[in-house]
Amino acid sequence: MNRIALQMLVGDKLKYLSLVAGLAFAALLVTQQSSIFTGYALRVASWVRDTDHAADLWVMDPQAEFTEANKPMLDTALNRVRSVQGVAWAMPIHKGYVKARLPDGTLATVRVIGIDDATLIGAPPQMVEGELSDLRRDRAVFMNADDAAKNLLLKRAAPPRPLRVGDSFSINDHEVTIVGSYRATPEFFWEPVFYTTYSRAIAIAPQERKKLSFVLVKVRPGEERAAVARRIADVTGLKVLTGREFAWETTDYILQKTGILVNFGLTIGLGFIIGALIAAQTLYTFVLENLRHFAAIKAMGATNATIVRMVLLQVAVAGVIGYGIGLGAACLTGALFGRHGLAFEMPWQIPVLGAVAILFCCVAAALFSLGRVLRLEPGIVFKA
Amino acid sequence: MTLPHENNTPPAPGASGVAVHCRGVTKTYGSGGAKVTALRGIDLDVRPGELMMLVGPSGCGKTTLISVIAGILDRDAGDCTVFGHDFSRMSQRDKTRYRGETIGFVFQAFNLLPTLTAAENVAIPLLINGAARSAALAKAKDLLAQVGLGDRTAAMPSQLSGGQQQRVAIARALVHGPRLIVCDEPTSALDHETGHRVMEMLKQVALRNDRALVIVTHDARIFEFADRIAKMDDGRVVKVSEGQD
Repeated sequence: MNRIALQMLVGDKLKYLSLVAGLAFAALLVTQQSSIFTGYALRVASWVRDTDHAADLWVMDPQAEFTEANKPMLDTALNRVRSVQGVAWAMPIHKGYVKARLPDGTLATVRVIGIDDATLIGAPPQMVEGELSDLRRDRAVFMNADDAAKNLLLKRAAPPRPLRVGDSFSINDHEVTIVGSYRATPEFFWEPVFYTTYSRAIAIAPQERKKLSFVLVKVRPGEERAAVARRIADVTGLKVLTGREFAWETTDYILQKTGILVNFGLTIGLGFIIGALIAAQTLYTFVLENLRHFAAIKAMGATNATIVRMVLLQVAVAGVIGYGIGLGAACLTGALFGRHGLAFEMPWQIPVLGAVAILFCCVAAALFSLGRVLRLEPGIVFKA
Repeated sequence: MTLPHENNTPPAPGASGVAVHCRGVTKTYGSGGAKVTALRGIDLDVRPGELMMLVGPSGCGKTTLISVIAGILDRDAGDCTVFGHDFSRMSQRDKTRYRGETIGFVFQAFNLLPTLTAAENVAIPLLINGAARSAALAKAKDLLAQVGLGDRTAAMPSQLSGGQQQRVAIARALVHGPRLIVCDEPTSALDHETGHRVMEMLKQVALRNDRALVIVTHDARIFEFADRIAKMDDGRVVKVSEGQD
């Protein structure tokens, strides 16, 4: 009877395609939008992840909620942190937004990240052109290789071209020269980033009393990280987080403040509801149109259990195929548009989430239809 | 496979040697003001090897009676047995299984599944009863050959004429070797000549000494095929006559 159920399902090609398309649409929206959401959520804190590999703790002003918060500390905080028992080393990081005038005169807002002059701890993860030590050269800055083509286009140059290594320009009226380029994990924030040394960064930054954005801390071997974090917080009154905590706090802050979560949640929810409704409606119509045949099968001796099995098989097959198509289309979207900057991350949890959503759609569709089949009187076959 | 009547429900007393035995069968639909009495005490016997026709005007209760006989509808009162077995004494599951094994159906609208081939349609009762697909299809093709459709086993219902579709339906009703065949207006959707041929074929292929046929019909042109005709009116059998009497 299973084969008969499948033949009934695929026999009416339009209904079958509608059913599969409804489920595929739901699977596509749920998995694709979840993947894009995850991509954005991960990008929010990608700078923390890229920078975190050498350090154990991040120290910041107690009011700093995320990576871009402009809530710097006094420079003296660095030495106070270094003096805490259990700290192996502590390195400063400056991060600030400033105006830049590119070589062709184009004005842009850029982010300048200053890292420790001596150790260069906190440097970008992968150099594309130049050496890390080049950063110690006079007026040296590194630019993000991916930013050059997109966000650092010299539109007024003839012909227009991207900013490149060797170019000189001014940041907050300070002359700088690009001595290298790097590649980092794409970020949620879009302003171009330039790395330089800490001393140069605070010289470039607008005049203010506080310029130390973060302190990266390495815990001494044998010391417990949580204990050292507590000690730093107690001694300095500053906020101390692990990289993981800081990444999560940043992500949470952006999700709460921007409404991204609500927007994506709505899209995912609507996709799921529409998919479920299309699937349920199509399956219900399919069952209604086949009531007479189900009745004939019942009259010929099929039990309700057999009929239920047939309907469940039909919906399960449509669900698996629809889910496969939807997931495949979502992956294809990621593969095609990911190259062009689409934030798309699909950890294993997302296909599982999609499968659960489609399973729910199928169960809803089946329940909607099974009632009619189970209440069906086989006697209707005797009516012309 | 164990038939329900083999060990669960012993044949009803006094019904041996009779295919269908009905006494005082009543059936009412609805309640209160909407109450409709379809059967008002039916007494009827159908013998093995007999082709019995139920005739009468629309609404006289013919379809209700065959539904009760086939165990599709539950009667309100009276006795009704099929080869000595009383559906009302069986569980729903046993009733369904007994019907699947003992009764074959030919419907007025054929009720062939449009997405299955002729052979697959014919094989359905065997598949319902748990037969293997290959064996069921082989048997179905044999039956189709018997009804003169040996060369159309792979045809879809939409590729068959009305008469051919009804022959497929007859093959489907016979394929699992039922002891009772119930036909509801088997010729009403066919022209006279085709209906005649279908009835000839039905009588020739379906009728055996151990099998009974009950046919509901309005079609006076096929009365000649009946061994006996039970005339119904207003929920009662008013006359049972032999053949074309």
